[in-house]
Amino acid sequence: MIPGRFDYYRPSSAQEAVALLAKLGEDARPLAGGHSLIPVMKTRLAAPEHLIDLGGIADLRGVKVEGDTVVIGAMTTQHDLLTSKVIAEHLPIIPETSALIADPQIRYLGTLGGNVANGDPGNDMPALMMCLDATFTVLGAGGERTIKAREFYLGTYYTALETGEIVTSIRIKAMSKATGYAYEKLKRKVGDYATAAAAVVLSVSGGKCTSAAIGLTNVAETPLLAEDAAAALVGSSLDKVAIDKAVAAAEAITNPAHDARGTPQYRTKMAGVMLRRAIARAMTRAHG
Amino acid sequence: MAKTHVTMTINGQEVEALVEPRTLLIHFLREQMLLTGPHIGCETSHCGACTVDMNDMSVKSCTVFAVQANGANITTIEGMAAADGTLSALQEGFRMMHGLQCGYCTPGMITRAHRLLIENPDPSEDEIRMGIAGNICRCTGYQNIVKAIQYAAAKINGVPFHEAAE
Repeated sequence: MIPGRFDYYRPSSAQEAVALLAKLGEDARPLAGGHSLIPVMKTRLAAPEHLIDLGGIADLRGVKVEGDTVVIGAMTTQHDLLTSKVIAEHLPIIPETSALIADPQIRYLGTLGGNVANGDPGNDMPALMMCLDATFTVLGAGGERTIKAREFYLGTYYTALETGEIVTSIRIKAMSKATGYAYEKLKRKVGDYATAAAAVVLSVSGGKCTSAAIGLTNVAETPLLAEDAAAALVGSSLDKVAIDKAVAAAEAITNPAHDARGTPQYRTKMAGVMLRRAIARAMTRAHG
Repeated sequence: MAKTHVTMTINGQEVEALVEPRTLLIHFLREQMLLTGPHIGCETSHCGACTVDMNDMSVKSCTVFAVQANGANITTIEGMAAADGTLSALQEGFRMMHGLQCGYCTPGMITRAHRLLIENPDPSEDEIRMGIAGNICRCTGYQNIVKAIQYAAAKINGVPFHEAAE
C-alpha cells in the first residue's frame, strides 16, 4: 500500500505552518503523529497534495504549568503524557487514558493534538477533554483563538476548526488531589477503538457528591458530555439510586453505530456499564 | 515529483539518499537500504513486524514516511548483534528460550523489546506483555517470547535466570 504523491513541508514554527496551510488551501493537510492520516493515505481514502509535517516545531511539544492550569503542547505524544511527572501529579486521569490508546509503538508518535483535532468519535481524548472542560488554543493565518472542548465537536470528522487552522495547545485546570477520577474503556483487543468508554471526575464533601463531570467515547457521532447523568450524581451520597439514575441518563443520550463492536443496544448498555465502573473507581479515589 | 534528500544514521552508519515524500520508511529500509530484517506484515500498523528504533522510540516503520526520519538515528534488527557476530542478550534469549517458530515477527519483537528493556530494565511479566502489545505473533502464543525477554533482562542485569514454573 503506497500513498498518492504529495509535496512535503517541515516548517519550524506554528506561524510558518499556518502560513503554508493558508497558501496551499484545501489540498494541504497538517501531519501530527500520522497514525490516523497515513493509514487513510495508504488506502487512498485521503490524498492530500501537500503535507505539512508539524513534527519539526519544538514549541508545540511539552507540558507546563501556568498558575492553576496545565498547558499541553499539541504535539505532545501519548508516550510523553504517560511519562510526564507534571501530568501524573496534576491530571492523573490523562495517563490512565493514554495507556488504553493503541499500542506502545503508536503511543510514541500519536499526539494529544492529533487525537483531539481529528474529530474521530473513536478517539479517547475528546470525551476526556470535554469531561475536564479543556480549552483548545488554535492558530490560523488570521491569528489565534480559543475553543472550548465542549463546543468543538460538531459531527464525525467535523469540528469547530476552520480550514487552515491547527490546534497548538490544550489548557486544562489542574485537578485537586481530593478529586476522584477514572477512565473505563471496553475494547475487543489492544489497539481497538472503544466499544464504549466513560470518563468520570467527581468531588465529595461530607459524604455528598459536590461536583461531577462525565464524558462518553464512541457511542455517538461525536464524543458526549453526559450533563444529565452528572447532575444526577451531584447532591447525592453516590448511592445506588443516584448511580442508577446517572447510568439511565447516560444511556438515554447515546446513539452508537452498528458495527463489528456490536449492536447499538449492546454498545449503549456497555456505555452504562463503563460509566458504572468509572463512578465506582472514582469514588474510591475521592477524598473529602 | 521532486525527490527529497535525506540523511540518517542507520545501525551506526551515516547514509544519504533521495526519496519520494510518499516513500514509507519500511520501503526505504528494505528496498533502498537493502535492510530486509524489518518485515512487512499487515501494512496497517497493527502487527509490529516492521518495528524499528527511531530516535529512542519503537516505531512501526510502515506508518512513518522516510522523509519524517530525515536526520534520525535508526536501529534495525541488523544492528542488534555485535560487529563480530556475537548475539545481543535478546537475540540469545530468543534462541535459548525458543522464542520463535516461523520467525516472521521476530525482528519486530526483538527491536521492540530492546527499547522496552532500556526504559524498564527489570520488567514484570505484565509489563513485558503490555510492552509487546503492539507486536503480533501467530505461532507461539507468546509464552516463550516473554521468557526470552526475561532471559535477556536477567543477562543484562547480571542475575541468574530462573524460568517461572508453568
